[in-house]
Amino acid sequence: MDTVTQFTPVSALIGGVLIGLSAVMLMALNGRIAGIAGIVGGLLGPAPFMRLDRYWRLAFVAGLIAAPALWFAITGSAPQISVTDSWPMLIVAGLVVGIGTQIGSGCTSGHGVCGLARLSPRSLVATGLFMAAALLTVFVTRHLI
Amino acid sequence: MKAILSALAAGLVFGLGLIVSGMVNPAKVLNFLDIAGQWDPSLAFVMAGAASTVFIGYRFVLKRPAPLFADRFNLPGATRIDARLIGGAIMFGIGWGLVGLCPGPALTALGTGAVPVVVFAAAMLAGMAGWRWLVRD
Repeated sequence: MDTVTQFTPVSALIGGVLIGLSAVMLMALNGRIAGIAGIVGGLLGPAPFMRLDRYWRLAFVAGLIAAPALWFAITGSAPQISVTDSWPMLIVAGLVVGIGTQIGSGCTSGHGVCGLARLSPRSLVATGLFMAAALLTVFVTRHLI
Repeated sequence: MKAILSALAAGLVFGLGLIVSGMVNPAKVLNFLDIAGQWDPSLAFVMAGAASTVFIGYRFVLKRPAPLFADRFNLPGATRIDARLIGGAIMFGIGWGLVGLCPGPALTALGTGAVPVVVFAAAMLAGMAGWRWLVRD
């Protein structure tokens, strides 16, 4: 069963601008690209234990995770999250996303937002490919299987 | 200390953006990707709003000699479009299309404590760590 969602262009645009402002903040203040796969990946390998730069990474991730609590404090409601997948599917998809973003050096934020805004050819190629792969995957799982 | 607080603030604003836009909801992401079905084009507005804000913002920011709380701007140096970039991007796209979660929304949705997101995020972090240890990065 696919959950129906409403077309919400205004809140989508406002949210998008907030994401963009966050990326501009992180560059202006910390000199870093707001790419989530890169920020988190930099915390998980063998190297970061020697690195001094792990604290800003942890702080950014803490901000991401704390956002729903802040949202609840402001609006009194929790963000809507509908997931209907089985545990094996969640685990396989999580692994594939985790490994794929590290091999390809970026995800929706690093390549899709910051990279495109920098007119990076690598990010343009990566974004085109992950969008195409995601569209095709949804077509196969929803309409062919 | 300032660099840590600014990163925390940026993370909060990023997470709020994901919540306000609805991108934190995998159902909305999957419907965006389902052009042949219940298509919800909202996410095109998220991407366009975010990328154009960064496009304009970076123009001003990168003219400055350095960031406020760090020595220099850390910009990606790689320019080669190689098999790694291509393969990794396709792999990520498949995983994104399977459940509708990418790394940012997965971590923000984790803050709600929703059990399926906890399962997904644990696998995602394990995958990231596994690759980083494999290549000793």
